[in-house]
Amino acid sequence: MTERIITYAEAIREAIGQAMEADESVFMLGEDIGVYGGAFGVSGDLYHRFGEERVRDTPISELGIVGAAVGAALVGMKPIVEIQFSDFTAQAMDQIVNQAAKIHFMLGGELSVPMVLRAPSGSGTGAAAQHSQSLESWFAHVPGLKVVLPSSPADAKGLLLSALDDPNPVIVLEHKLLYKTSGHVPEEMYRTPIGVSNVVRNGTDLTIVATGVMVSRSVEAAEQLASAGIEACVIDVRTLSPLDMDPINASIAETGRLMLVQEAPKHVGFMAEVAARVSEGPAIYSLTEPVLRLCGMDVPIPYAPQLEKSVVPQLDDIVEGAKNLVRGV
Amino acid sequence: MATITPLFAPEQGTISANKEAASASLESLLAIRFFEEAVDGLFARGLMHGTMHLSIGQEAVATGVCAALRKTDYITSTHRGHSHCIAKGADLTRMMAELLAKQTGYCRGRGGSMHIADVETGNLGANGIVAGGIPIAAGAALAQKMQGRDNVVVSFFGDGATNEGAFHEALNLAAVWDLPVVFVCENNKYGMSFSTTKSMKVEKISERAAAYGLPGVTVDGNDVDAVFEVAKEAVERARVGGGPTLIECLTYRHKGHSKSDKNLYRTKEEIEFWKTKDPVGIFETRVIESGQLTAEEVEQLTQKVRDAVRLAIQEATQAPDSDPAELLSSVFRQVS
Ligand SMILES: Cc1ncc(C[n+]2csc(CCOP(=O)(O)OP(=O)(O)O)c2C)c(N)n1
Ligand SMILES: [Mg+2]
Repeated sequence: MTERIITYAEAIREAIGQAMEADESVFMLGEDIGVYGGAFGVSGDLYHRFGEERVRDTPISELGIVGAAVGAALVGMKPIVEIQFSDFTAQAMDQIVNQAAKIHFMLGGELSVPMVLRAPSGSGTGAAAQHSQSLESWFAHVPGLKVVLPSSPADAKGLLLSALDDPNPVIVLEHKLLYKTSGHVPEEMYRTPIGVSNVVRNGTDLTIVATGVMVSRSVEAAEQLASAGIEACVIDVRTLSPLDMDPINASIAETGRLMLVQEAPKHVGFMAEVAARVSEGPAIYSLTEPVLRLCGMDVPIPYAPQLEKSVVPQLDDIVEGAKNLVRGV
Repeated sequence: MATITPLFAPEQGTISANKEAASASLESLLAIRFFEEAVDGLFARGLMHGTMHLSIGQEAVATGVCAALRKTDYITSTHRGHSHCIAKGADLTRMMAELLAKQTGYCRGRGGSMHIADVETGNLGANGIVAGGIPIAAGAALAQKMQGRDNVVVSFFGDGATNEGAFHEALNLAAVWDLPVVFVCENNKYGMSFSTTKSMKVEKISERAAAYGLPGVTVDGNDVDAVFEVAKEAVERARVGGGPTLIECLTYRHKGHSKSDKNLYRTKEEIEFWKTKDPVGIFETRVIESGQLTAEEVEQLTQKVRDAVRLAIQEATQAPDSDPAELLSSVFRQVS
C-alpha cells in the first residue's frame, strides 16, 4: 500500500469532515472557522462543504460558545468547539471546568457532555505571552476532563475521532508548529485510543517521555544520540488524562534512566505527575540515575525570537540532557 | 529618539480651525501611517517576526481621542495598538526597537507589537486578549476616583470586543460607580473575518450603552474633528465626575486583520470604497482648504514625519538585541 502523506491540519480537517458526514449531530463552532477557514487553516473548506449551520462562525465570545456547546451536547448534539488559541480557554474556563467537567458526576450520571474542544497550543511563532502558552496541566488537573495532545498527523486524526466517540468532554490541544508538518494518514475512519501511551522509538539506554511538539524533537534527538552510540526509547504520552504509565514503567525497567520533556513551564507541570507516578511504584527501583526533567522555563513566553527559543527545550538541549543522563554527569 | 509634536486640544473650537493643533494632528496621522507602512515593509522583507495588526485607515480615532487627553490621562490599548501608542506620545525609536526585538524596546523585546506600550505617556498596555483592557480601564478609573485625582482613562477596543463578557461587565461597573472612563470602540466593521452584521443584532454599537445607563454616541471615525469633539465632551464630563461614555467610531482597516489574512470575507470594492474615505487625505484637504496650513507646510510636515520614521528604523536597528539572561529574574518585581 502506498503511503498517503497529508499535513496535521489536513488530517484534523479530514477527521471532522468524515465525522460530519457520518453523524448529523456533529457540528463545529468557533471564531473565523467559516470563510476565513480558521486562524490556522484547519477548518479550510468545511464551511463550503457543510454550510454555515454546521460550520458555525461565532462572535468573539469564548465563554458563550463553550457554554452553548455544553448545552447542545447535553441534549443530543456533538459539538466541536474551536478556541482560536488555547490561551483564550481562560475566557471560557467556567464552562469548561465548573460545567462541562462536572455535570455528569454532579447530576448523578443522568447527563453527559460529549463535547470536543480543540485549541492550538504552544510557542514558536513569535506571538508572545498571551498567544503561546502550554496550558495542558490546567485541564489535566480537573477530574472529568479528558486531555489529548496529538503529536503526529495520524494521531491528530485518530485521537479526534476517538474524542468524538467519547461521551465525555475531551480537550484536544494541537500544537501550532505541527499544523504544517506531514506524515502518513490512512484514509478510512480509524481510531487512536484515548488512554494509551505510544512507544514511538525503541531503545535500551534511556527512556524519554515527551508530549506535543517535544515528541518529534525527541525522536530527532534520539537519532543524533544513536550516532553517538546511545539508544533512546521515546514514548509519547499522547493522552494526559487518562494517563497510561505501563509502557513507561516497562521501558524504565530496561533502561534504568528517565528523561521527561515538555514545553510547558516546569513548576507543577504535567511531567511532575509522571515522575511522581514512577516514584510511587516498583519502577523507581529500576532507576539508576535521578529523573531528569527538561521543561520550559518558569517564565511567560517572550516575543523576541532568541528569547522565545531560550525558554523552551530545543533539539540540542534534549541531546545534551540525554548524554549527561547516560554518562551520569 | 524620534518623536513628533505632542497632540493637544485647542482652547476652543475644533482641531482643524487651529493652526498649531491641526499641525500636531496631521503629524500624528502621518506618523501612524508611515510607521505602519514601514513595519509592513520590514515584515515583507523578513526583517520583522511574529505577526502584526495594522491600523492603517483608522488613524483618526487615536488621533482625535488623544488630542482630547492630557499627558497624565491613561489609555488601555489593543492588539491593533500602534496608533494609540503613537498618538499618546510614544517615541518611535523605542516602538520600532520593540518590534525589532531589541533590548531598548518599550518592553525589552518581550512584548512585541501586541503588547507595545509607553508607560510614561499613560499607556497601560496593548493587549493580546480581545476586550482584556476594558475592565482594566475601569479599574484604573476607579483608582483615580479613590485617590482624588482628576485623570481620565480611555479604553480603546474593537467592534468584536463588544461581544465579550468583559466589555459588558466593565461598562456596568463603570456606570454604577460613575467612573472617569471613556470607552472608545473602533468599529472597523469586522472582528477578524466576522462582520458586525452577523456578530450582533444591534444596528449601532453605541446602543449597547443604554443597557448600562450611560451615554452612547456614534461618530465618523475617519474624521479627526468629529472624533475630537465627542471625545472632548466625554472626557470633560468624566473629569468632573459625570461618569463614563461609550463612543463608537466608524472606521475601516485597509490592510488584512493580521499577517495571515487573505481577505476572503470582504470585497475589493468595499476596500476601495473605504480608501476614498482615507482619514489622512480627508484631514489634509480640510486644513489646506480652510487655510490653516498651506500645501507647502503640509509637504514640510510630511517630510519631517518621514524623516522621524526613517531615524526610528536607523536607531532601532543599531540597538542591541534583547537579552535572554535576564528573563528568569524578570517575572516578578523584586520585593523590597
Ligand atoms: C479573547 C480573545 N479571543 C480571540 C482572539 C483572537 N483575535 C485577535 S484580534 C481578533 C479580532 C478582534 O476584532 P475587533 O475587536 O473588532 O478588533 P479589530 O481587530 O477589528 O481591531 C480576534 C478574534 C483574541 N486575541 N482574544
Ligand atoms: Mg473590528
